[in-house]
Amino acid sequence: MTQHPLIRVKDLNVHIDGHHILKNINISIPDKSVTSIIGPSGCGKTTLLKTFNRLLDDTANVTVSGSVLVDDEDIYAPEAEVTHIRKKMGLLSQRPYPLPMSIYDNVAYGPRIHGTRDKSTLDSIVEKQLKDTGLWDEVKDRLHGPANRLSIGQQQRLCLARGLAVKPEIILGDESTSALDPVSTHTIEDLFVRLKAQYTIVLVTHILRQARRISDYIVFVYMGEIVEFGPTDEVLLHPKEELTRQYVKGFIS
Amino acid sequence: MGIKRRKAEETIFKILMVMACLIVGSSLFLIVGTIVVKGVPYLTWDMVSKAPQGGFYIGKEGGVLNAIIGSLYVAGGATVLGLLISIPISIYLNIYLKGGSLLSKSAKLAYDVLFGIPSIVYGAFAFSIMIWLGVRASLLGGVIAVTLLIIPILVRTLDEVIATVPRELKHAALSLGATRWETARVILRQIKPGIYTAVLLSFGRGIGDVAAVLFTAGFSDNIPIYIDEPAATLPLAIFFQLSSPIPEVQGRAYASALILTLIILVIVIVSHILATKHKHKL
Amino acid sequence: MNFRIVKDKLIANVMLILSISSVSFVFLIGIGLYLRAAPLFEEHTLLSLFRGSNWAPSKNQFGFYPFIMGTLSVTLIAIVVALPLCLLTAIYLTEYAKPGIRKVMLPLMNILAGIPPVIYGVWGIFFVVPIVREYIAPQFMEYSSGYTVLTGGVVLAVMIFPILVSIVSEVLSTIPKELKDASLSLGATKWETIKKVVVKRARPGIVAAMVLAVSRAFGETIAVLMVCGNVPVAPTSVFDGGYPLPALIANNFGEMMSIPLYDSALMFAALLLFVIIFLFNLISRIILNRIEHKYSS
Repeated sequence: MTQHPLIRVKDLNVHIDGHHILKNINISIPDKSVTSIIGPSGCGKTTLLKTFNRLLDDTANVTVSGSVLVDDEDIYAPEAEVTHIRKKMGLLSQRPYPLPMSIYDNVAYGPRIHGTRDKSTLDSIVEKQLKDTGLWDEVKDRLHGPANRLSIGQQQRLCLARGLAVKPEIILGDESTSALDPVSTHTIEDLFVRLKAQYTIVLVTHILRQARRISDYIVFVYMGEIVEFGPTDEVLLHPKEELTRQYVKGFIS
Repeated sequence: MGIKRRKAEETIFKILMVMACLIVGSSLFLIVGTIVVKGVPYLTWDMVSKAPQGGFYIGKEGGVLNAIIGSLYVAGGATVLGLLISIPISIYLNIYLKGGSLLSKSAKLAYDVLFGIPSIVYGAFAFSIMIWLGVRASLLGGVIAVTLLIIPILVRTLDEVIATVPRELKHAALSLGATRWETARVILRQIKPGIYTAVLLSFGRGIGDVAAVLFTAGFSDNIPIYIDEPAATLPLAIFFQLSSPIPEVQGRAYASALILTLIILVIVIVSHILATKHKHKL
Repeated sequence: MNFRIVKDKLIANVMLILSISSVSFVFLIGIGLYLRAAPLFEEHTLLSLFRGSNWAPSKNQFGFYPFIMGTLSVTLIAIVVALPLCLLTAIYLTEYAKPGIRKVMLPLMNILAGIPPVIYGVWGIFFVVPIVREYIAPQFMEYSSGYTVLTGGVVLAVMIFPILVSIVSEVLSTIPKELKDASLSLGATKWETIKKVVVKRARPGIVAAMVLAVSRAFGETIAVLMVCGNVPVAPTSVFDGGYPLPALIANNFGEMMSIPLYDSALMFAALLLFVIIFLFNLISRIILNRIEHKYSS
C-alpha cells in the first residue's frame, strides 16, 4: 500500500431515515488494484460505494458524518464541489444505462460537458476509449447509431468507455455484471483486471467466486460494519474473524 | 349456506358485472354516436371554411371557422405557456430535489388538488385577475385562464413520465460529473414522447373547456388577429347556437359539436398511441 | 467550468421560485375569491346565505339554499347511478375479465375522460332528456320537460365513469394476491373472496375514489347547466329542475356589474365550490397516496 492512498475513509457514519446504515467505517482503499466489497444483501455495501462519489446525496433524509478523503480532499466538506468529485470516478451500475443518444455521443458526452469542443480531439477520445473496452471493432461502422440497439453486454462496455472518457482516477462498480451473460461477464472482468494498472478499482459484488477471480483486496461488510479487510487470499482462505469464515463457507448469506 | 346457493350468487353477480361493464363501455359509443347522427346532416364545407357572415345567427351563410381558429389559438397559446412553466417545475421536483423530499411531496399533493379544482373556479379567478390588471375579455384572457387550468395536468403527466425513467440513468449522468441541469437535459431527451403526450392531453382539455373561457375570452364573429381582441371558441359557439330557436342555427350547433368531437378523438387517440409506444420502448 | 456550476445554481433558484409560487396558487385562489366575496359578508351572515331561499339580487336577497340543494341533488344522483356500475365494472376488470377486455376498456375510459363537457351536454339534450321526458317521468307524473335534476345526475354519472373505474381498478390491483389465495384456500368462492376480503381491504381507496368523483361532479358546470333546467328553487323530486352552483356562476357572470353585491355573491359561490372541492381532493389524495406508498415498497 502507498503512503497516501487515493481513497481514505475516516469514522464514516451514515443514517438513512433514522436507520444506522454504516457504522464507524475506517478504511484506506489501495491504489492501482481491485478491491471488492462483499457481504450479504442489505449489509450496506452499495451505500458504502455510493458515499465515494456522493450519489448518496440523491436520497432523502440522509445524514453523513465523518470524512471521505479523495486525493487528500474531503469530499463531504462544505466547500467541496460535487461535479468535480464525481468526474474523478467512473461508475458502472448493475445494468447498463446508455444515455438516450448515439454510441459516439455517449462516449463524447462527458468530455463535451467538461469543455472539450474540438471535433478531432473528441474523435480520438471516442476511438481510444472504445478500443480500450474492446468495443471499437464491433461498433466502428455504426458510431452514430443509437446506443440502445447494442446488446446488453456491449452496452455495459459502452458505459465503461463513457465513464473512462472523463479521465477518472477511480472506477466504481456496483454489481456490474449481475445483468450480463457469462461471456460478457468474463469480458468485463478481464477489463477490470487490465485497467487496474491505470485505475483504482472498487467493486461491490455478491459473487464470492468473482471476488476471488479478480480482486487483490477484499472488504467484508456485515450489518453496516467492516468486519475484515485484507488481501484476497488472506480474507477468503484464512479469515481472522469467525463471521467472515461463516460467510465465506456460506453459512450466512 | 349450501354450495349451490353460493355458486348461484356468484353467477348472478358475474352477470351483473358483465352488464355494468357493457353499460360503462358503451357510454362512449352512445355519446359519439348521438353526436355523429345529429351532426353529419349539417356538416358542410362552409362550416369549417367560413366565419359567420351577415345574418348567420338567423340561419344565413357562414361557418364556425372563427371559433375553430379561436379555440386553436387559446388552447395552443395556453399549452405553450403551460409548458414553459410546468417543464421547469417538474424538472425541479423530480431531478433537482432528492427523491421523497418534503417539498416535492407537498408540491405534488398541491398539484393533485389543483387538478381537481373545476374550470369554472379557474375562470372566475382569472376573470378577477383580469379586472385587476385591466384586461378585457380577449384572446389573452382566455389563454391566461386555460393556462391556469392545464398547468396541473401538465405537471402531473410529466411527473408520471419522469417517474418511468430509471433512477440509474440520472445517476449515470451525475457520475460523469454532469450538473443537475445537464442531467435534466439528458432526461428530457429520454422522455420526449411523454412530453408530446402531455402536450396533446392538455391541448385537448384546453380546446374543449367552456367554463374557463366563458367570461375570459369573450366572443367574436371575426377571426382574432391581435391578442387583445375577443375570440370565439368552439365549445362556446356550440353552446350559443344551441340556445337559438332557429332550426338552421341549431343544426350548426350539432355540426360544430361533431367537429369538436372529431378534433378531440384524434388528439386522444394519437396521444394514446404515443403513450403505448413509449411504454414499449422502456 | 465554474460557469456550468453557476448556471446550474441560477437555474435551480429560478425553478424553486417557479415551483413555490405555482404551489402557492392553491392559496392565492382561495384568498383572491375570499377578498372578492367579502363585501357580501358585511350585509349578510353566513347562516342567512346558506338558509335563505330567495334569490333576488336586485332586492339584495341572496339565498343560496336552492343552489346548494341543486348541487347536492345532482351530485347525489350521479354517485348513486355511477358507483354500483363502476364498482362492478372495476371488480370485473381486475378479477374476472381477460386481459384483452382490460386492454380495450381502460383506453375507452381515457377517451371518455377526454370528451369535452359541452359534448356531454349536447348528448344529454338529445339522449337523456327525451328518455326522461317520454319514458321515465310519465310513469310517475303528468308531465316533465325532461330538464330535471335526474337528467343532470345521469349525465354527470357518465362523466365520472372514467375517474371511478380507473382509480377503483388501480386500488383493487394493489390487493396482494396472497391475501386472496388465503381466502380461496379456505374454500371461499371467488365472489365471496372479493366481497369479504378484496372489497373490505380496498374500502379506503374506494371511498377516496368516490370523494374525488363527487368533487368532480360538484364543480362540473356546462354539461349540467345544459340539461337540468336552471330553476332557482330547491328540488323536491328527481323530476324537478334544479340550479347547481356552477351553473349559477356561469349563467350570470358578466351581467352583474350594475347590481351591488351581485358580483360578490357569485364569487362567494365560486369560493364555496373551491373550499369544498379543495378539502375533498386533499383528503382523498392523502388516502390514495398512502395506499400507493404502502404497496409500492
